[in-house]
Amino acid sequence: MATIVGGLTSSHIPSVGNAYAKKLFNDPYWKPFFDAYPKIHGWLDEKKPDVAVVIYNDHGLNFFLDKMPTFAIGAAPAYNNQDEGWGIPLVGTFKGHPALSWHIINSISAENFDLTTCQEMAVDHGFAVPAQLFWGNPDESPVRFIPVCINTVQHPIPTPARCYAFGQALGRALASWPGDEKIVVVGTGGLSHQLDGERAGFINKKFDLYCMDKIVNEPEELAKMTTHDLVLEAGAQGAEFILWLAMRGALQGTVTKVMENYHIPISNTGAGSMVLELA
Amino acid sequence: MSTEAIEHEIPGTVMFDGTQAMKGYALNKMCYSFNSASSRDSFRADEEGYMERFGLNEQQKTAIRHRNVLELIAAGGNIYYLAKFAGIFGLSVQDVGAQQTGMSVEDFKAYLKRQGDV
Repeated sequence: MATIVGGLTSSHIPSVGNAYAKKLFNDPYWKPFFDAYPKIHGWLDEKKPDVAVVIYNDHGLNFFLDKMPTFAIGAAPAYNNQDEGWGIPLVGTFKGHPALSWHIINSISAENFDLTTCQEMAVDHGFAVPAQLFWGNPDESPVRFIPVCINTVQHPIPTPARCYAFGQALGRALASWPGDEKIVVVGTGGLSHQLDGERAGFINKKFDLYCMDKIVNEPEELAKMTTHDLVLEAGAQGAEFILWLAMRGALQGTVTKVMENYHIPISNTGAGSMVLELA
Repeated sequence: MSTEAIEHEIPGTVMFDGTQAMKGYALNKMCYSFNSASSRDSFRADEEGYMERFGLNEQQKTAIRHRNVLELIAAGGNIYYLAKFAGIFGLSVQDVGAQQTGMSVEDFKAYLKRQGDV
């Protein structure tokens, strides 16, 4: 049977893609952010996952407002990173695992979650930046990927409780996969930030640190928040924290925090990363 | 509680809900097209014609002509699509933040940094 080795989180700020391409790892602005990743690479070298299920939000590349799925999943052999219009370097094509995608779809649907299934799916920075930070460019990546896209673009977005429950169903789906792959679940985005309106630039360090603390062993507390609570405390785009909660839902059992990093600001964002190991 | 009620509870924040999504559909659809380099070129070559092609209303056209993000949001724009419009002019999210808050870009960056000091 498959093994879930743990969960990773990372902010997916677009400008990180530029900084990565320019190798600004020791630049004074970027160093407090990039310094987290060698530690995460050490954990990945030890656990050697074969598959990464990456929970992210599309920012207007694959989905438009004509059709806006709440929960969508890739079921393709490959996923292209494509032009988003503002010039971050494209990183290439990520290998998929369609058989496992369909297992997840069948298993989660049997638990009454209704997914939009995608046999073609372009992935934007929300997916590509964390994948690159963890595994390098796709042509050198040792893992196959399954993108899971949750709507954070248009309200109503799914509630924190719904995303946590979705993650729990995802975890059961992965645990029941008969293959012998080792799987890591990735929650991307956040933490607090707001790009739009007179409140642009809002960051909430206290709330971010609270979330990073509670997500380890008391995720149910975080799942009690409403969407409104989340937008108020984390900013309009900080609502992406639901993606971290979905990841955490997939880790059922004893969870220990291996490492965490938090830094303000990267671009307009409180940037966080974590490694959660599942015993 | 209706989403309209929620919208007014967070100052400086417009919840992009069904009302906004309907209001801004043409504007956001035009901005979505800017994922493609040829569409960005077409817009640069003939802004008025390009806006006409997507059926923008007068409020949306005016906001585009002004390159004004708050006006674009008021016209139904969603920030994820508007970012593609801003990208045509090489504007960063700090530039966009400064414009919306009335700060200089340097002051906006200092504001971001200061929130790490608490």
